[in-house]
Amino acid sequence: MRDEKRIERVPAATQALPVDTEGSPSPGTLATVMGADRALSTRQLAWRRFKRHKLAIASLVALLVLGLATVLAGLISPFNFHEQNLLETVRSPGAKHWFGTDQLGRDTFTRVLYGGRVSLTVGLTVALSAGVIGGVVGSLAGYYGGWIDNLLMRVTDLFLAIPFLVVLIIGSRFVEKLHFGGSVFHIVLILSLFFWMYDARIVRGVFLSLKEKEFVEAARSSGARNSRIIFYHMLPNAMGPIIVNTTLGVAAAILTESSLSFLGFGVQPPTPTWGNMLTNAKQFTRTAPWLVWFPGMAILITVLCVNFFGDGLRDAMDPHQKLGAKE
Amino acid sequence: MFRYIIRRMIFAIPVLLISSILVFVVVRTTIDPFAGLIINPRVTPEDIERLRRTFGLDKPLYIQYWKWLSLFLKGDWGKSLGNRPVFADIRTALANTAVLGILATGISLAIGVGIGVYSAIRQYSWFDHFSTSLAFLGLSIPNFWFALLLQIFFGIYLTRWLDLREPIFYTAGLSKPGSTGFHLVDRLRHLVLPMSVLAVQIIAIYSRYMRASMLEVLHSDYLRTARAKGLSERRVIVRHAMRNALIPLTTQVALDIGAIAGGLIITEAIFEYPGMGKFFVDAIGRGDYLQVLPWMMVAVTFVVAFNLIADILYAILDPRIRYA
Repeated sequence: MRDEKRIERVPAATQALPVDTEGSPSPGTLATVMGADRALSTRQLAWRRFKRHKLAIASLVALLVLGLATVLAGLISPFNFHEQNLLETVRSPGAKHWFGTDQLGRDTFTRVLYGGRVSLTVGLTVALSAGVIGGVVGSLAGYYGGWIDNLLMRVTDLFLAIPFLVVLIIGSRFVEKLHFGGSVFHIVLILSLFFWMYDARIVRGVFLSLKEKEFVEAARSSGARNSRIIFYHMLPNAMGPIIVNTTLGVAAAILTESSLSFLGFGVQPPTPTWGNMLTNAKQFTRTAPWLVWFPGMAILITVLCVNFFGDGLRDAMDPHQKLGAKE
Repeated sequence: MFRYIIRRMIFAIPVLLISSILVFVVVRTTIDPFAGLIINPRVTPEDIERLRRTFGLDKPLYIQYWKWLSLFLKGDWGKSLGNRPVFADIRTALANTAVLGILATGISLAIGVGIGVYSAIRQYSWFDHFSTSLAFLGLSIPNFWFALLLQIFFGIYLTRWLDLREPIFYTAGLSKPGSTGFHLVDRLRHLVLPMSVLAVQIIAIYSRYMRASMLEVLHSDYLRTARAKGLSERRVIVRHAMRNALIPLTTQVALDIGAIAGGLIITEAIFEYPGMGKFFVDAIGRGDYLQVLPWMMVAVTFVVAFNLIADILYAILDPRIRYA
């Protein structure tokens, strides 16, 4: 039942209510909003909540330092990642070689830094492209519903049904046949193809609930096109869960890339990655255990920091989704 | 209910058929079993052509598919390129993987549920914070690295420190080389390390999952009702809260068990455990499509079947779910 009056009033209502404040704030934040001199935007609220998480902030700083170190690897370390020094093979960690050297006399510290470049690049690009693919699939499915939803979600299910690593291993063989196998680009391509399903499911869920909200109806009744409703009205409101999930996706992508490289199906030597450094280290567990310690520690610390950061973000941007954070 | 189950089972058939087509096309286009022969100077291109004809690889893909599918469905999985019986080998590998996977899942389930329930009841206690940190660690540690650490610790350091003749827990294989028959203690000593690697991850996931769903239940109205009736706290937690909080975990466990058939690749590769994962990696390495094809079908079938079981379990356990 929509009479003339209501349709007329609706655009005004959407103007008065900026998109940013949509989504129901939890009681605690509502009080903050009411108590403050002026209403805080969602972003400001999120920043407030995020600041409470000391661990998340520390993780963010650690990640930035790590990222900077990998970018400036050439300046930090006097060695080269493929420079062999047969006079100094298998040295244990010391003043000259902080993380020791491997069987070819290559400096492990330098290789960990350069390996980090690969891991961080793969992690970020995979999570971002998976977020984009998943965002498009999820928003189309959630917005249009019906057979489009059915089709897209069945495809998603199919991708989820096939054992993950199996697909990646077969997939890496397939891309190898296209003659750019073993490169960082090929790993990014394959991983993104099999990382979008989780984003798609989450975005679809958010869109399903947003679809029923008044501001969407208002936009529609004021004559907005579907694409405008999806991208200008709904997507900004779905950004919280998307950003959180993309962040956590970085951790998952780094872990998966390193496992693939470890098994020999990922980025190939001589390009060092944390995964293929460990493949090499496996043969020297008795003689040079430090080759095992450092790349593994690098993965662990990076993934842990990303997870802590993502958890803080979730608490800040997407409080309803937080696993077990109900007050 | 019965009709729902039948409907879901019928729905699984086209899914499996589509998967079989996809699996066949992907495997046949990516794996060239005779690629390695080309560099061999003693093998002429004519020889390779003759080999292809013997294996029927010169025929169009759909004819190959049809022939393969009909034999596969009859249970006639034939011999591998290396002349090994495929059905028997996969059966053995599946049995080994099932032992490892189900033991690990069972133990993790007991520990994970315990941790999850307790940290939900004592939310924000030191135990809750401690278990949360451990769960983060468990989720972030690369499992292949953890496996390497365990191998180094038990295989090298511990045996050296304690001056043992052999490690307490073996770091590779299924049984002592040269031994025949089945020895329970020996088998367990081989299982402990791979199981621990799997369990660390699964416990981390299940404990978080259980904590979340337990917290949700703890704040529900029917729990207040149960307390208002004067039931003992123990009965409230165990009979009313836990039973309901276990429902989402049950479906998750069913899904995870389905994934075990094809999912333990890393752990098995590192511990040289002769299960499905190692079978697959070896088969891919040899380019033996006659082993890879049925392997993938078995893995996919398990996933689809346990998806079905998860859905049915959910419908049975939670009457609020409408299964129209």
